[in-house]
Amino acid sequence: MADVVPVDARGYSRTLVILPALNEEAALTGVLKELARDCPELDVLVVDDGSTDGTAAAARAEGVPVAVLPFNLGVGGALQTGFRYAVAHGYDRAIQFDADGQHDPSQVPALLAALDEGADLVIGSRFAAPEEGSEYDVGRVRGGAMGVLRLAVRVLSGRTFSDTSSGFRAFSAPLLDFYAASYPNEYLGDTVEALLLACQAGFTVVEVPVTMRVRAAGTPSTQNLRLAYHYLRALVSLLSRAPIRRRERAMRAANRS
Amino acid sequence: MSVGAHLFILGLTLVSLLFIVRMVRRNQLPSRYAMLWLSIGAVIALLATFPGLLDRVSSALGIAYAPGTFFLGAITLLFLIVVHFSWELSRLDARTRLLAEELAVLRADPPPDRPRIPTPGAQPVEP
Repeated sequence: MADVVPVDARGYSRTLVILPALNEEAALTGVLKELARDCPELDVLVVDDGSTDGTAAAARAEGVPVAVLPFNLGVGGALQTGFRYAVAHGYDRAIQFDADGQHDPSQVPALLAALDEGADLVIGSRFAAPEEGSEYDVGRVRGGAMGVLRLAVRVLSGRTFSDTSSGFRAFSAPLLDFYAASYPNEYLGDTVEALLLACQAGFTVVEVPVTMRVRAAGTPSTQNLRLAYHYLRALVSLLSRAPIRRRERAMRAANRS
Repeated sequence: MSVGAHLFILGLTLVSLLFIVRMVRRNQLPSRYAMLWLSIGAVIALLATFPGLLDRVSSALGIAYAPGTFFLGAITLLFLIVVHFSWELSRLDARTRLLAEELAVLRADPPPDRPRIPTPGAQPVEP
């Protein structure tokens, strides 16, 4: 991790930490203070995804720039806003970080180190190292649904990922350009489908083990019944991409010969 | 069908056509949709005016029950229109999202214009 270079030659941050936030007034101040303490060399952007509480004011009180969406777009739209901001202001890399306090800022350097080793998409995985980070319990139903999606991703990408739904990620400059142009915006699209899109476009995707905490405040983005619908929708969406992938694979094979 | 029923349908169709023309005149309906609904209205008016027309078309198509021809055509057309509207809604949704995102980026606070860590040899930038 010694060769992680967080700033450019002028001492300016190369990296933008993007926090999509929906009504996270209660947790945000603590998260921003923690980020400033553990990662003082990184710039931060809070994307206020149509909050009705004082989320934007809480961020500004910490001296953090805020991009306020005129209405709620969901995590995908908020993230894409962050990517567009990062590209517009010339950042080399970006981190996706939860505004509700479940991610640990001290693990950001581990993600950045993987970027510096050549990865385009780094996923902070709760399950990559079972012997250390297994404390995070998602419940049986949700765990099962995540397993089905994981299997679909394995079939479609030809790779095994231990945590396809993690929202603790790091992005390289080429991937930022790619995602700034188009990013899945439905629930689960921002995690699983985005991961698969990166794989299909030929970006290098790696996982890094992280530990996550129980939410500091705020409510989970979706409840159980809607969750079932969204897992089904994501599955259909993933499977409908399958023919495209086959075509790309054939094209790649043709290019090689 | 009785002559009265035909006159009733004809009247209803003509009122609908006038309503569509009025929407176009008020700039409430783009002309491409006006064309669509006016053509549909014209076909219905034609069928109402010439009662034997539907029967002849049906026998030409080999459909024994004449109203079946009408319903087949109507359902097929409405299905295509709904699919088209789904597509157009999705496109509008994507564009609205993009505009919202661009608006948020344009209105966002600029990044802090200061070195995050003073590195040796880094030039301080005067505002």
